[in-house]
Amino acid sequence: MMNEFSELDLDVLKEIGNIGAGHAATSLSLLLDRKIEMHVPAVKVVDFDEMMNLAGGPEERVVAVYLRIHGDAPGNMFFVLSPMQAGMFVKQMTGVVSCQFTDPPYDDMAVSAMQELGNILTGSYLTSLADFTNMNLQPSVPALAIDMVGAVLSYGLLELSQYSDQAIVVETLLVDETGSTQDIRGHFFLLPDPDSYQKIFTSLGVNAHD
Amino acid sequence: MIKVAKVVKVGIADMNFVTTPDMLKTSGLGSCVAVILFTRHRQVAGMAHVMLPSSSLNHSPSLNQAKYADTAIQALLAGFKKHHIAGYMLKAKIAGGAQMFPFASQKDDGLARIGPRNVKAVRQQLEAHRIPLVAEDIGGTAGRTVVFDPATNILQVKTADRGVAEI
Repeated sequence: MMNEFSELDLDVLKEIGNIGAGHAATSLSLLLDRKIEMHVPAVKVVDFDEMMNLAGGPEERVVAVYLRIHGDAPGNMFFVLSPMQAGMFVKQMTGVVSCQFTDPPYDDMAVSAMQELGNILTGSYLTSLADFTNMNLQPSVPALAIDMVGAVLSYGLLELSQYSDQAIVVETLLVDETGSTQDIRGHFFLLPDPDSYQKIFTSLGVNAHD
Repeated sequence: MIKVAKVVKVGIADMNFVTTPDMLKTSGLGSCVAVILFTRHRQVAGMAHVMLPSSSLNHSPSLNQAKYADTAIQALLAGFKKHHIAGYMLKAKIAGGAQMFPFASQKDDGLARIGPRNVKAVRQQLEAHRIPLVAEDIGGTAGRTVVFDPATNILQVKTADRGVAEI
């Protein structure tokens, strides 16, 4: 099924990543009171192992916020950060210096602040996506995992894996404008269910089989 | 001649075989289950990284056998047959089947609790093929990376939080 997409289709998905992550970057800027920028989104057709490599490799420990998208175009979404970056975010948000995700056990407040951050970012991504496509898209309550990339992201591939050995990954990177070694890098991964692509394209007036 | 040991990777929904001194490794198992079949005498091992419990879930025109518990174990057995190793000579170790997101996807589709379902399906298949399951490290809420060495038949299980265990 993954070979059926045209360049135009992939451009549409790229634009979705652009709009969603653009809004999320704005939310994050407001939250942290510093300028956050966004890289041009990448839309890639990758096999599952390649997808894990995009997020740092299957064994790499990450902080990931996962949510299920319900409604007109169901799918899965992840926001993935390195434990170091997640710790920095939460320190800036809460002002509590002890917040960290590099060594368990984790502070309850750090976990709940990270969950809230994920909630805000994925929520603003999804809201803008719903507005853009004029579809009804509702996020589930986001769940947080601090674990290996493969263990976390493979959960989002379960629906898809029944149809294909490849995934279309709409990947967007958020970066701190200073570009220093302290910069913030966060990955959004949008993984629509197989049936959802056609609905997304139709909602935007694009016929996937032109 | 001395052979240099390689670590052969098994990807997601993938399988591989090695003979000593090579080892098998699969990284970042969450709800997926690593199934390792081995034999004491021949120093051959096969590993599959199973993602889903049954090939009846397959909606793709092509079937990736390593992806599903039932077809993965059949494919492993077929691989051993090529090495002239019969099913009755085999033993199994398994690891994985965690629940990574306990609150997610509850009211959703049938894919909730996929980790435990994968474990159950793998156990049933092993039983159906009369392959003794001699060790397992399953369930919980943490991801695992596993390495199997057919020279010792030890399965090393590494988790992000608990360190390394040997089963």
